[in-house]
Amino acid sequence: MLAAVLKKLAEVVGAMLVVSFIVFLVLEANVEDVAVKVLGAYSAPDQRAAWLEANGYLDPFLVRYVRWLWDFVTLDWGQSTLFRVPVTEILPQRLAMTGILAGVTLVVSTVLSLVLGILAGMNEGSITDRTVSFVSVLTTSIPEFATAVFLSAIFVFWLGWLPGASTMISGFTARELVLPVAVLTLYSAGYLARITRASMVEAMRSPYVRTALMKGASTSRIVLQHALRNALIAPVTVIMLHIPWLLSGVIVVEVFFAYKGFGTLLYEAALNSDVFLIEACAMVSVVVVVATQLISDGLYRLLNPRLRVSAKPAGATA
Amino acid sequence: MTAIETRKAGFRVPAVLKSPTVVIGAVFVGIWVFAALFAPWIAPYDPLQSRAPLQLPMTRGPDGSLYLLGTDLLGRDILSRLLYGARAVVLWAGLATATAFTVGLAMGLVAGFYKGWVDKVLSFIANVILSFPVLVLYILVIVTFGASGLNIVLAVTFASAPGIFRIVRALTIDIAAQDYVAAAIVQGESPWRIMVVEILPNAAGPLVVDACLRLGYTTITIGVLGFLGLGLPPPTPDWGSMVNDGRPMAIAFPHMVIFPCIAISMMTLGLSLLADGIREVSLKQGRGS
Repeated sequence: MLAAVLKKLAEVVGAMLVVSFIVFLVLEANVEDVAVKVLGAYSAPDQRAAWLEANGYLDPFLVRYVRWLWDFVTLDWGQSTLFRVPVTEILPQRLAMTGILAGVTLVVSTVLSLVLGILAGMNEGSITDRTVSFVSVLTTSIPEFATAVFLSAIFVFWLGWLPGASTMISGFTARELVLPVAVLTLYSAGYLARITRASMVEAMRSPYVRTALMKGASTSRIVLQHALRNALIAPVTVIMLHIPWLLSGVIVVEVFFAYKGFGTLLYEAALNSDVFLIEACAMVSVVVVVATQLISDGLYRLLNPRLRVSAKPAGATA
Repeated sequence: MTAIETRKAGFRVPAVLKSPTVVIGAVFVGIWVFAALFAPWIAPYDPLQSRAPLQLPMTRGPDGSLYLLGTDLLGRDILSRLLYGARAVVLWAGLATATAFTVGLAMGLVAGFYKGWVDKVLSFIANVILSFPVLVLYILVIVTFGASGLNIVLAVTFASAPGIFRIVRALTIDIAAQDYVAAAIVQGESPWRIMVVEILPNAAGPLVVDACLRLGYTTITIGVLGFLGLGLPPPTPDWGSMVNDGRPMAIAFPHMVIFPCIAISMMTLGLSLLADGIREVSLKQGRGS
């Protein structure tokens, strides 16, 4: 068990090192470029040369990489050229805003999809099953920005019930959170519901459920006591693996509703070539993804006794 | 890819066409493929020509010409732009998915067949790429290398080849354990021949399903990049960019954003339905994923 966890950890750290190297390579291999991005397009050549020298950009690439990595680990993430403050000053609050959005979405979509998936999977081929399956294909197939447009058209332009932007300028309001959460939920709940359904269908077909049925156990007992426990293994792992997906969706939804979170921050940084901010955002998102993969891996081992000893979990590799 | 698809399609046509899911999906996708192929003949106007700004759908402009879906801020006919926009989507999504599949297939076959250190190295690379959130990766690539069709192909290949690699690798390991592969090895067939002739055709079922899904993801990706203003450079009509352009005026003129959204949703929904339908049919036939 410990060896497996350590091996996983080593794998993850290795992957993160490579990713950090790629990020650094893409953004800082060309020092002239970095100088232009930091000092602006109208800076004088000798200004740039002076800046490069003052900040150690004349050192060999690998030296700079190691120093950069060390700075990253010690939370010295540089100055944002767009906001003119240290990156570490804006990133946490933006991350917190996204945390709220993602957290609410995760709760709503998990509850919704587990309930729908279990209802659908209990009676394979029933009308409930067919409806849930169809709706989940529909909602997961439509890109988030299109869902956002459709929902806005109905609830903002037509009915006028909800605000069309979620800038939270005059303080935090739950009303402004409704549409972003709804869009993200529609997109992710469908996928989760399908996984739960498939897993439930499989559990209901299994010999132990048949035995329980023949013993004369009630439907609720069969579902709650026998099928559910096994049926939930797959969805729980998928929920964690779903967070990277959610992160991509979050960027689109935040930009659409002008929500001041991590997604808009990354987007603004990218559009404005804010090198240090892009680097920090990219690294933070990688850490988030890797962390969720590790948690999902652990949960899978915890829930599935067959995998507690050794062997690689099928659904959860980093 | 096309070789596998036609071989399998020829084999399965009757069963596949009986599934309503497949037929509806094929119609949704078919409409836009048709539009992409024949845009110049069916589009009422030039998609780049400024005619009459901000006409509502189903109205006639000052010169009496009819705008079925209205016009945008610059007076360009939205229907014509949607039809031409289908070209961008079909071309770039198709090309990007095909490239990603070529790379993923080659890597997956090699890793699954040879195993050992080749597999370890390739799997590690795949894991590294997969620990990036996809959209962050796209934004990074597009912002660094600029927005163009070719860079979209590169970004999509880079980001989705690892996923394809994993599927192909797993399938290859499975199939390579079969007796007929052992027989082929004993016969002295070359590794490449075994991979392409013995293994690949037997992995085709799940791969066709995956290809439909990936095509959908790529379509969404191109749409999202366009929506974020990182897509194909203007004035190329593309659906995501149309949504981005129309967004500031969406309150007063929702038609500018709703129609492109309907177009892209039809396309991606059609591809999902196709994938689902084909999977159902192949499961009923007792093979495939």
